[in-house]
Amino acid sequence: MTEVEFLIWVRGPGFQIATVIFVVGILLRLFEILMMGRKVNLAEPKGSEMAGGMRTIMTRSLHLAATGSSAYSQTAGYIFHIGLFVTILLFAPHILVFQEVFGVKWPSLPTTAIDAITVITIITMFAVLAHRLQNPVIRFLSTFDDYFAWFVTLLPLVTGYLAFHRIGLPAPSLLAIHILSVELLMVVFPFTKLTHAFTLFLARWYNGAISGYRGVES
Amino acid sequence: MSASFEKGINTFKEQIDAPVATFFSSCVHCGMCAEACPFYTETGDPSRTPITKVEPLRRIWKQEYTLLGRLGKLFGLGKSVTDEMLTEWETLVYDSCTLCGRCSMICPVGNDITYMIRKTREGMALSGHAPEGLIGATTRAITIGSPMGVKLPALEAQIRHVEKELGYTVPVDVEGADYLQLLSSMEIMNFPEFISAIARIFQHAGVSWTISSKAFEATNSGIQIGVSEIAAELVERVVKAATELKVKYVISPECGHAYTAIRWEGPNLIGRPFDFKVVHILELLDELRSAGRLQTSGKESRRLTYHDPCQIARRGGVVQQPRNLLNEVAANFVEMPDAGAMNWCCGAGGGVSANERADELRLKAFKRKKQQLEEVQPEALVSACSNCRIQLEDGLEENEMDISVLSLTEIIAEHLLDRKQQEGQQP
Repeated sequence: MTEVEFLIWVRGPGFQIATVIFVVGILLRLFEILMMGRKVNLAEPKGSEMAGGMRTIMTRSLHLAATGSSAYSQTAGYIFHIGLFVTILLFAPHILVFQEVFGVKWPSLPTTAIDAITVITIITMFAVLAHRLQNPVIRFLSTFDDYFAWFVTLLPLVTGYLAFHRIGLPAPSLLAIHILSVELLMVVFPFTKLTHAFTLFLARWYNGAISGYRGVES
Repeated sequence: MSASFEKGINTFKEQIDAPVATFFSSCVHCGMCAEACPFYTETGDPSRTPITKVEPLRRIWKQEYTLLGRLGKLFGLGKSVTDEMLTEWETLVYDSCTLCGRCSMICPVGNDITYMIRKTREGMALSGHAPEGLIGATTRAITIGSPMGVKLPALEAQIRHVEKELGYTVPVDVEGADYLQLLSSMEIMNFPEFISAIARIFQHAGVSWTISSKAFEATNSGIQIGVSEIAAELVERVVKAATELKVKYVISPECGHAYTAIRWEGPNLIGRPFDFKVVHILELLDELRSAGRLQTSGKESRRLTYHDPCQIARRGGVVQQPRNLLNEVAANFVEMPDAGAMNWCCGAGGGVSANERADELRLKAFKRKKQQLEEVQPEALVSACSNCRIQLEDGLEENEMDISVLSLTEIIAEHLLDRKQQEGQQP
């Protein structure tokens, strides 16, 4: 397989396989969760489940109260999550891919901005890893899944940066490796803690609903 | 209650529902729940991180209810729950958690960890891994009717004292009364002033009320140890008494978990809605206040602060009422940092106080409360839970802090406007 053939494969069949695993995997995980159901609450409510649930979905994204080690996690968390969203969604070549798949497009950020944000995000990812290794609680909680999820999230950022700057290998190979790293991320996504990107909305909703029912804002 | 490892495992399985599956799927191991928990902040022990406490439940969920986990189990991979593991977890699930709910407010992905610890206790108890102290309290609750072993004659003696003091009768078993007042054993034994206080307040406000000789106990050890069958039986006793006396309301006294037990878990435990309403004493007092039926005179000049009992505020939604009431009687009221829904636990709720093994640990957890108190330096600390009150008194004494601990209901009773005197003064 030549490097161009490799690129064609990862852009074509490779991407299709990864997309199917990603979509089916996420749907399976959501189905696994929702089929468990929950009992009807027979206690007389003091407030609304729906209002509480929706409020908590919003408010947990605006949590700014942490101190100490949590403040570090929070700040780094905001930076790398925003960095990931921006680099994935606002880079012109990525928007072209989304346009091919979904048929819609949106404005992009200048490539110099994306470049800088990529570097910041990569640095923050390493800061997050250092924190995980250093903080006694986070290190205690960490399993293989945590390090693996970190690695597969970092990989597309690094390979994307290398591909954009054409460092080390011919351009088609760099691009193919970048796309392959994204496909790896997509394939493992539903089966690691990365699933939280979808389930956290449900989790927050349940939390807010449980509290809202009791007339408490959570 | 018979227990076995197998029974415990089956119970764990039964506890898993969509919220639990969502919460486990969402945890990113960020460790932020640790910083919310006084059992971690005051010991620095990472194993006391709230999410770690539910590890047995997580393993069961993973192996039984996820595709990958089931595949893993087929090939002998993945971590299973063992009896040794549960023995190790007993002190985490019972001694190091008061079910205070603070971690559930902090989790960035929104996991209600407390909801899961409560469920974990069901599997722990039925697998034979509940603390001796709680087993004792639960057994007494079922056989004697009170976790502290308080029997009706003891209550009757306290009532006679109160009647002698007040000069009027305290209603017992009055059919057709509007309100049935429950009491905690601690109120009967340690704080009988509470009985006198509600008697005076209800006399003042013209509330039709009664105590039941058959079901006066408000506490529910079943929900603390985590045996729903027992918890349901204790709730049924109250329901039966309320139905026989044909009351419209049942009043939960100054006790945190008693409110959760009867107000939120009660109908779900017995599997049918109540045909009476449940109110917390503070909710009723605030209602009487806003209706103008509760009139006070004079104010406390001491610097007062209020400790929100977790089950009443954070897990119960009674946050504003105590402030409205204190506003009536306190001239110098100060809020502690984090007051209200984010208040720090006293360290002894959720059955911790009934578990002698955890005595040292609960006093360590109190250090967080101590810090909170030091920031506002009150002369008196008001609360609305007898269990908090005992722990606060214990903690303050241990730390040589000179702060009085008061009951909110009792303060209100002391400041009731003497209507006769007022009428006499009018021209």
